[in-house]
Amino acid sequence: MAARQTRWLRFSSPPRFYDLAGRLAPGFAVLAGLCFIAGLYTALVQAPPDYRQGESYRILFIHVPAAWISMFLYVLMAGYAAIGLVWRIRTAEVMAKAMAPTGALFTFLALWTGALWGRPTWGAYWVWDARLTSELILLFLYLGFIALHAAIEDRQRAANAGAVLALAGVVNVPVIYFSVTWWNTLHQGVTIRVTSAPSMDAVMVLALALMTLACWMYAIAVVLWRARLELLEREWRSDWVAQRLGGGT
Amino acid sequence: MKTLAAAFLSLLTRDLTLALRRRQDALVVLGFFVVVVSLFPLGVGPDPQLLRSMAPGVLWVSALLATLLSLERLFSEDGRDGTLEQLLLSPWPLPLLVLAKVLAHWLVTGLPLALVSPLLGLQLGLEPGEMGVLLMALLLGTPVLSLVGGIGAALTLGLRSGGVLIALLILPLYVPALVLGAGAVDAALYATSPGAHLSLLGALLLLTLLLAPWATAAALRIMLD
Amino acid sequence: MTAVERAAGSRFPGHGLKVRGVVVERGERRVLDGVHLEVRGGQLLQVAGPNGAGKTTLLRVLCGLTRPLAGRVTWDGRPLTGPEAAAHLAYLGHVDPLKDGLSPRENLRAHCALQGVRVDRAAVARALGDLGLQDHEAVAVRHLSQGQRRRVALAGLVLLGRPLWILDEPFASLDAGAIDTLRGVLEGHLAAGGMVVLTTHQPVPVRGDCRSLELGAA
Repeated sequence: MAARQTRWLRFSSPPRFYDLAGRLAPGFAVLAGLCFIAGLYTALVQAPPDYRQGESYRILFIHVPAAWISMFLYVLMAGYAAIGLVWRIRTAEVMAKAMAPTGALFTFLALWTGALWGRPTWGAYWVWDARLTSELILLFLYLGFIALHAAIEDRQRAANAGAVLALAGVVNVPVIYFSVTWWNTLHQGVTIRVTSAPSMDAVMVLALALMTLACWMYAIAVVLWRARLELLEREWRSDWVAQRLGGGT
Repeated sequence: MKTLAAAFLSLLTRDLTLALRRRQDALVVLGFFVVVVSLFPLGVGPDPQLLRSMAPGVLWVSALLATLLSLERLFSEDGRDGTLEQLLLSPWPLPLLVLAKVLAHWLVTGLPLALVSPLLGLQLGLEPGEMGVLLMALLLGTPVLSLVGGIGAALTLGLRSGGVLIALLILPLYVPALVLGAGAVDAALYATSPGAHLSLLGALLLLTLLLAPWATAAALRIMLD
Repeated sequence: MTAVERAAGSRFPGHGLKVRGVVVERGERRVLDGVHLEVRGGQLLQVAGPNGAGKTTLLRVLCGLTRPLAGRVTWDGRPLTGPEAAAHLAYLGHVDPLKDGLSPRENLRAHCALQGVRVDRAAVARALGDLGLQDHEAVAVRHLSQGQRRRVALAGLVLLGRPLWILDEPFASLDAGAIDTLRGVLEGHLAAGGMVVLTTHQPVPVRGDCRSLELGAA
């Protein structure tokens, strides 16, 4: 157990993480590309039109993965931030910071595609549906995290403060989701399910799976690249950066 | 134990004494609340039915904004005059001292907001029973606003853009209190029981009471590091 | 009996503060790089150095306000952290920790309660009297001069009765009279076996076992 722990901790040392991320990120990017091509082909060409929604349902193939990832990334981000705060592991702090823009991007994507899908389906771009509203608040949470990081000059302090905020947010996310759902049902608003289709075609499931995988691979690749850059900026004075960037001038 | 209680009470009375000697600060917040609520009819028109149905949301959002306005002062003054450092150096658990400060904040901002709200509800056409629910909901909800706001006030301590940033950090976290609080009044408006809303609001208050002071204390230590 | 004499009356047992290899980073800059120091009862340590050498940071590490990246601060061989640290030391930063809207008396009572020290009204009055503030007990601190405010803060320091005093620039912007008072209080504390760690630009005008630690500019 102890040996395994130390082996894992080794990857948390900045130079090792930097090298490892540098090797892994292109792989994830290639995988993302392949999955996108396969996923888009399956989603746009092979999958049959929905018998009720026609062609417009196809936007769900990007909307649903984006929504999943946006929520999952926030929890992951809070987890990394907590690790960084408690054990003072710099790479964890860097990972948390690197996840925020990607999380915000996917949240925005989920909102945007939700609006595009809502127009033909509900007849309005924006409906105060529980999921969309929660997603909107999630976007605010991401923006708050990013803004706090930007406002605090000292990177160490920014990481610690961001961690407290992310943890406060992650405790709040279920409460927010619950209260918004509660609010929505009480107000007798629209109760159309975003993930519709009680019996989804096998091809549709495959397309959704491929697109989800593609989005994940993309997210991982981008986060690793951003974390590498962030690490360089934070540690530019140290020897390992000089070694890798040559001379350090 | 006795001296811990003494420390808590002493901090509470210190903040209350200061607030009492600078009454204008608390009055400005209250005035803001009243003015914002009074502006809504001018914006949406004097239709009594419309105003009545909007009243819960208008009153709650205004209370939220008024609280937000007062939050920056929660720690910034103590941070400037050095007493906040002494707070961190105290042998007592910091979350409890934070709780004393938040309690003082609520007593001078949240409580007056709640107490004056029936008057504004009257302006918007609420019935006496509904005003009772409004008062109840604000009495349960404004402490949540102060407690959660404390986290934001601590996280923006000493930052140049603190005042604006605090809104972005804290407002999303206010959603549950807003939904449940305004929902309670709404329920009363449509002649259903607000009991469920109020119970949930009470549960939210307990949860916040347990967690927020720790987060605020951690944020203070980080920002003064 | 003056503050000085009373402080001398309550002798502190021989304590020892040790700092080993403290490292602090701010942003990308290493502010403190392996600082060692040692202070025993009855000693005064002056931390000197140019601006930006990390004097204030070192004091904040001693108090536990700043967490060092590496290194240890020990008190009689035990780590100096948490509530225990609070029981041994008293800190005075750049600004006097006083509430403008409260009188010296109210300030001191709140301060002592917060630090877990019970004082009665008479003790507060005595401490203020010793420092020449008997006529200002009930005036809002806002109306006091810089030197008078420092005296109030010093009264707080004396009232806590802690063995280790950590003072950041205590002599800054004081007139001759206030400097004299401060010197008297410090000498009394040292005579009673207390310890003082302070930063200052000027030479310290205190008689006793004074040492100094020069922090170089990084």
